[in-house]
Amino acid sequence: MKLISAIIKPFKLDDVRKAVSDVGVEGVTVTEVRGFGRQRGHTEIYRGAEYVVEFVPKTKIEIAVEDSLAEQVIEAIINSAKTGKVGDGKIFVCDLTQVVRIRTGERDSSAI
Amino acid sequence: MNKLFQSLLLGLLMFSLRAAWAEEPPPTTPSAAQASAPAGSESAAPTATDASAPAAPTAPTLISTDKINSGDTAWMLTSTALVLMMTVPGLALFYGGMVRKKNVLATLMQSFAITCVVTILWWLIGYSWAFTPGSAYLGGATRALFNGMTMMKDANKLTVSHLALTIPETVYAMFQLTFAIITPALIAGAFADRMKFSAMLVFMSAWSLLVYCPIAHWVWEPSGWLAVKGVLDYAGGTVVHINAGIAGLASCLVLGKRVGYGKEAMPPHNLSLTLIGASLLWVGWFGFNAGSAGAADGRAGMAMVATQIATAMAALSWMFAEWITKGKPSVLGIASGAVAGLVAITPASGFVGPTPSVIIGLAAGVVCFFAATSLKRALGYDDSLDAFGVHCVGGIIGALLTGAFASKEISGADGSVITQLWGVGTTLIYGFVMSFIILKIIDMTMGLRVTEEQEREGLDISLHGESVE
Repeated sequence: MKLISAIIKPFKLDDVRKAVSDVGVEGVTVTEVRGFGRQRGHTEIYRGAEYVVEFVPKTKIEIAVEDSLAEQVIEAIINSAKTGKVGDGKIFVCDLTQVVRIRTGERDSSAI
Repeated sequence: MNKLFQSLLLGLLMFSLRAAWAEEPPPTTPSAAQASAPAGSESAAPTATDASAPAAPTAPTLISTDKINSGDTAWMLTSTALVLMMTVPGLALFYGGMVRKKNVLATLMQSFAITCVVTILWWLIGYSWAFTPGSAYLGGATRALFNGMTMMKDANKLTVSHLALTIPETVYAMFQLTFAIITPALIAGAFADRMKFSAMLVFMSAWSLLVYCPIAHWVWEPSGWLAVKGVLDYAGGTVVHINAGIAGLASCLVLGKRVGYGKEAMPPHNLSLTLIGASLLWVGWFGFNAGSAGAADGRAGMAMVATQIATAMAALSWMFAEWITKGKPSVLGIASGAVAGLVAITPASGFVGPTPSVIIGLAAGVVCFFAATSLKRALGYDDSLDAFGVHCVGGIIGALLTGAFASKEISGADGSVITQLWGVGTTLIYGFVMSFIILKIIDMTMGLRVTEEQEREGLDISLHGESVE
């Protein structure tokens, strides 16, 4: 199993969610994060005092999938989250050793 | 509560009780320097004599209820509420939004607690020291504990202040209290984020009695020495704003800069609160300026016009100055500009017409913008919320332009920039020196500043055990 973490632009969340649902994903977790890569931050000015804000708000969406579905999910995310401009984000894929459904105690494949 | 605090409080209580209960002879006649009151007028001890003699009273006096004007009284009751609102929650929110989130409750608490403490001190002795004749430098103790301030339903009499003959003295005293409240609350802007709550209470108590009351007496009591010189200050540009602003400068110099100042980012955590606060200040300021007419009349109306026009102009001029120099007009900028305009028009509001108001607003917006930005950075002091840059500088502009633009037609008074300098200079010197001394004494005894750990964690948790996270 794989845990796919995608950092995307916040306004793309709805598009990405629909796209991954369309390829068969049934559950996601969403977090609000901040970060920077090649996209620079911005400058704020308060009464003449300038503050450079390096971190840009982003959204992280985490999805646990079977290995067989992973590549389709990645493609779906790329296509829906892309704007072509700097700051579109990144996808990290990790191996997932165990998944448990708390309500029933099911494990691994039956839990995804 | 430590020993020093307790002894100060006890000493104050004993002094005022003695003053109130001693058999007071009639108050001393106004000092020889005083030119305005007719000679030999009833010095009006608060006894039950009907002071309806043709000469104007020079002290609070008992009169028949029929002489009270209900329109004036209604307006002054309203003004009092408006000015109280300026502190709670106006100033509280204005400052609260500008600090970091970990200090917001502590900042709100300062305004609220000062409101409570100053109220009691005003009742105890503050009002008496400020607004009864005594010497040219301080009022007597005849109104300590509001002794003698009275209304008698069946006898159909009540006392009025000699400064507002058509409204009950109770209303006048309350109106003036709201000024005595907001002045120390303004100072808090200078030392935001780093002063101990206990030390702040002691400082504000001492400051309000030893700095505010005397200066109010000098400028507003007709026998006060600055009033006698002809210093004009309609609603408190000098007494409130220059005074608070210079005390703010003294505070930030004695306390030192915030930990991380200049290196770490400390942007306002919620400018929505700040703008709401600024709006409440603007609305409330009609009570501050138009209410200083002491009556519901043409002078109040003109003061309202002056206030509105100067404020709008100052807000726009700060906004445009910032837009041109920094590239974007900001919410904090327009709110600050409005406050700067309100400050500057305060002393002038009863003395000028619409056109000078525009000029005063324009000057205040631009000059205070530079004072709060470039000047502060150049001189390196950490006046966190620009108590000095906006209130002191704005107050000075207002005081001097009052001298330049005072209209004899509107006010009956002659203005002079030179005379105004007396008020400005005196307040700057006395205010700074006294504030500095009081702060140093407190620092040497109980300590002024929180520890670095407390400052890092935030005052809300460290001092009050609460948070808004």
